[in-house]
Amino acid sequence: MSGVGTVSAQIAHFSEPLRLKGGGVLPAFDLVYETYGTLNAAKSNAILVCHALSGHHHVAGQSADEFGKPTANVGWWDNIVGPGRPLDTDRFFIVGLNNLGGCHGSTGPASTNPATDKPWGADFPVVTVEDWVDAQARLADRFGIDAWAATMGGSLGGMQAMQWTLSYPERVRHALVIAATPKLSAENIAFNDVARQAILTDPDFHGGHFYEHGVRPLRGLRLARMLGHITYLSDDQMAEKFGRRIKSGAGSYSFDVEFEIESYLRYQGDKFAGVFDANTYLRMTKALDYFDPALDYGDDLAKALARARAGFLVIGFSTDWRFSPERSRDIVHALVHNGQDVAHAEIESVHGHDSFLMDDSHYHAVVNAYLKRIKL
Amino acid sequence: MNSPFDRADFDLIASWVQPGERVLDLGCGDGTLLRRLIDERGAKGYGVELEDAEILAAIANGINVIQGNLEQGLAGFDDQTFNHVVLSRTLQTVRHTERILGEMLRVGREAVVSFPNFAYWKNRMAVMSGRMPVSEDLPYEWFDTPNLRFFTLLDFESLCDKMGLIIRERQVLDDAGRQVVEEPNFLGSLAVYRLGR
Repeated sequence: MSGVGTVSAQIAHFSEPLRLKGGGVLPAFDLVYETYGTLNAAKSNAILVCHALSGHHHVAGQSADEFGKPTANVGWWDNIVGPGRPLDTDRFFIVGLNNLGGCHGSTGPASTNPATDKPWGADFPVVTVEDWVDAQARLADRFGIDAWAATMGGSLGGMQAMQWTLSYPERVRHALVIAATPKLSAENIAFNDVARQAILTDPDFHGGHFYEHGVRPLRGLRLARMLGHITYLSDDQMAEKFGRRIKSGAGSYSFDVEFEIESYLRYQGDKFAGVFDANTYLRMTKALDYFDPALDYGDDLAKALARARAGFLVIGFSTDWRFSPERSRDIVHALVHNGQDVAHAEIESVHGHDSFLMDDSHYHAVVNAYLKRIKL
Repeated sequence: MNSPFDRADFDLIASWVQPGERVLDLGCGDGTLLRRLIDERGAKGYGVELEDAEILAAIANGINVIQGNLEQGLAGFDDQTFNHVVLSRTLQTVRHTERILGEMLRVGREAVVSFPNFAYWKNRMAVMSGRMPVSEDLPYEWFDTPNLRFFTLLDFESLCDKMGLIIRERQVLDDAGRQVVEEPNFLGSLAVYRLGR
């Protein structure tokens, strides 16, 4: 089934300084984005898709090469976007972007710091979910979109979708918060910190200024990704996919790659380290750790969510142990407490945290049914 | 089974809900009752449902539906959040009977419970003739019924008494949905109760 076809990214430049939650100011910034479908005259059919830790603006379709021809680079959530798919491009105008601090074309640690004419590196500020939403609001302004029909995302993307309803209550009509959590657990933060330590202690990290040394902390980034990847899968899924199978058929009693899961994780780690930026990885995980909208409300999530005006669709997945389905319920119950509109589904899935990216017919039917309700 | 649109207990329940009141419908199915309470009575409705297909239908129906298992109670719902908590033709399918009744009156000021009366005369006749009853309000065969508990008006009222629940109102219907006044435990096929503490 064909989706949105061949797509090209655009860049929006913003020259107004952006004040960040952590105290810094970005004097100017670029956001790289893609759009699918057509913005209607009333500008009432726009959906913002927010990406998770390693995502970016290329949500759907096949990226165009320099001659405008399709490449094999298919968007990370292609299965849900397109004509007749839940994010129906015959009906909605979909916007995907790369967040600030990213490494796919938006201003980030590898971009040039105008104050030094060198890459920002370690000096790039630590950005938060709130900062991202503020930057996304500038992009909405650029399109003339007063209010999103919906903001949407999985995992860290779901946090942004939720934060929109708090930062700009009048500018979002629905929020689809998928495989997310209102805050990370100590265990979640612990995993993130081990990942960060892998990067920070890599000799090639150079305190974050590795660009100037012509090296990249590939070993640290690779380890960080391997660790993260374990937390995205479920035990059952790993057992089914890899079990205890050994590549060569028998143990060699060495530390070479033997078990298939080792081979898989190393492959994933290498692939990721080859394309991702270590400074971006550090910042994405920090944004996760800091996200806690209830913090300023005495840890009362209902109080924090009270100012939201959006309707919510909250989805959790049965085998997600990174952000368990109970965390989705926490969001649901806070909204119910306030008498706010919320629909909730807990999807049976074997794919752990990564379930939100899978092409599951019931899951997609739920998203589809909810989006169909939205009046344009 | 009756079409959802001619479920007589819905008429009664709708008549008990005032505009602006918050209603929680446990086992809400596709949200037919809630849709009606929202549209006709101006209620603020939420539903809890377990089945995927019903969740999907309820979402399509515009209902605030939450996927969950009633057997696990109503953890997460705050005390006294709802004006009415409805359990329509579902109590007989719940294993933890006392717990769910207690939970309903924890999260709501009033519990509205409807259930098929096993002592309805046609059911008694069926058992007298040696067969388990199959009727308008007990529409399943014994081998495919979701019902776990078979009880009568008298049984239910004695449980309410034991649990210290106050029966505020009781309406009893025959299998055509007509109100029954005389001999309700014999002539009534479906009972609808309003309970409080």
